[in-house]
Amino acid sequence: MSRVIYLDNAETTKIDPEVLKVVDKYSSEVYGLPSATEYGEALGMQIRKDIEQAKETIAKAINAEPEEIVFTSDEVENDNLAVKGVCFANPKKMHIITSKIERKSLLDIFRSLEAIGCFKTTYLDVDKEGFVSPEDVEKAITDKTVLVALHHVNHEIGTIQDIERIGETCKRRNVIFYVDATQSFLKVPVNVKKMGIDILSISADKIHGPKGVAALCVRNGLKLQRLFEGGESKDIVRPGYTNTPGVMGFAKAVKIYNKKANERMKKMRDYLIDELLKINDTHLNGPDGDKRVCNNVNITFKYVEGEALLLYLSLKGIVATTGSACFSSTLKPSHVIMALGSRHEDAHGSLRLTLSKFNTGNEMKETVKSIREVVGRLREISPLG
Amino acid sequence: MYSKKVIKYFMHPKNVGEIKNPDAKATEGSLACGDMITIYLKIDSKTHVITDIKFKSYGCAANIATTSVMTEMVKGKTIQEAKKLEFKDITKALGGLPPMKIHCSILAIDGLKTAIRNYEERHGLAKPEDLNESILRSRLRKVIDPKVGKDIVTAGIVQNVTIKNGAVRLLLKLPEDHEFRDNILEEIDERIGHIPGVKKLNIEFIKQ
Repeated sequence: MSRVIYLDNAETTKIDPEVLKVVDKYSSEVYGLPSATEYGEALGMQIRKDIEQAKETIAKAINAEPEEIVFTSDEVENDNLAVKGVCFANPKKMHIITSKIERKSLLDIFRSLEAIGCFKTTYLDVDKEGFVSPEDVEKAITDKTVLVALHHVNHEIGTIQDIERIGETCKRRNVIFYVDATQSFLKVPVNVKKMGIDILSISADKIHGPKGVAALCVRNGLKLQRLFEGGESKDIVRPGYTNTPGVMGFAKAVKIYNKKANERMKKMRDYLIDELLKINDTHLNGPDGDKRVCNNVNITFKYVEGEALLLYLSLKGIVATTGSACFSSTLKPSHVIMALGSRHEDAHGSLRLTLSKFNTGNEMKETVKSIREVVGRLREISPLG
Repeated sequence: MYSKKVIKYFMHPKNVGEIKNPDAKATEGSLACGDMITIYLKIDSKTHVITDIKFKSYGCAANIATTSVMTEMVKGKTIQEAKKLEFKDITKALGGLPPMKIHCSILAIDGLKTAIRNYEERHGLAKPEDLNESILRSRLRKVIDPKVGKDIVTAGIVQNVTIKNGAVRLLLKLPEDHEFRDNILEEIDERIGHIPGVKKLNIEFIKQ
């Protein structure tokens, strides 16, 4: 493949070469499995120790205890295990609170629970910048509420929620609090104890780790109903073989993550926002400044349709995404941008650019140039405006 | 994925632009769907040959490519020949379209047919339809309120439609400060003002 400017890092990231070395080592040298080796052979003994070490590394990054870390396959599994695990373990309480702008895969879980017939979900509105109001959470809680499930950072527009205040409310009202931190982990401080988080979801592939490995942090003492069987101990929340190369790669990615990269991304983010808003009839979706995650840009170009925009950019080697209906498999506009009180065409004309530590200033310049060009061309064709 | 031909037409569309004083014009699609085209026609009044056709598009790559290839296919044809064009002819000419994008070729055909019908109605070429309320309503369903992204019948703007001796009376719930009031009224006139048999169009408004 020829040169690519990859600006879809909220979707997934490129693996770091250092992480890849670890994945290779635990695939070809230390390839034993921890579960086989209670008293066993050398490979197994080593891997048991290493996995404990990996849990410690990850737990430390979120101020949790190592034994609270449960390895899984990805954020979709995390959502299922957290939400269904809580609901099925607390069958007397049937009410869940979430927001309208969560990831679609999470919202789908609530819909499927509602379809069973006994669960009810409250979908909280957000304001124009995508903030959930902590007061709204408080008001929505009833004596039937078992779970509040929210993301820390929105995947499309980068809004950072006030998790600490909501966590305090959940604690006071005795409701379990699940936080999807896949977009915020290591970019925004996450502290499960201070923020009152009961279950936290993080994923390796968003931080230059390997794909197919993620983790839930489940507060000590909290009971989750497991979703599949297998394995001897009933205490194991997630039975199954451990993805050892993935887990070790995940821990390595956490270990080498350099917070200075966040500052660099923030500069590139603000450069993109400033330059792109100089184009007429544009607006930023989501907040600006410190309440926006450091790597997210989401801008609407009026009178232009996002799929055409993306195709043109991809012919120039730039990878991004859009909230346009024409780009989605359901032909529906982004539910996130619509929930901000926007019009359909605000979603159709939206472009999301998400950065990583591998992006460069030159790439940003080139991106701005290409976007200017394509927006100009498409507007010439457009009957609007 | 798109065929090479779709990409080619997307990158280098033919017949893009406007025609000043067109003999017919039509806009199809809506902002809500993110798919909208405007077709302009120049038609020879004696031979009824389409001498020029141009388009503008707000839409995805397939929208631009299908409309562009359609304009090439009908330019130089009579309106009777052009009316025979089907969406399958367009998808074929483009070397196929992803299933999700077939509707773009249908929109291109709709735009062409509506523009031709507008021409025919204005030039007394259309067979007068038995004018009734449901025909009027179906035409009004093509007028979109961009504010909510719904057609004006579904959006509740059209409160009542009556017809008596060729005089159409519309009762609309459309506030004076509605952002798109003028666009909507213009579209209504475009859609039903010229149907053969419509002698008069009276628009009244519900006082808010």
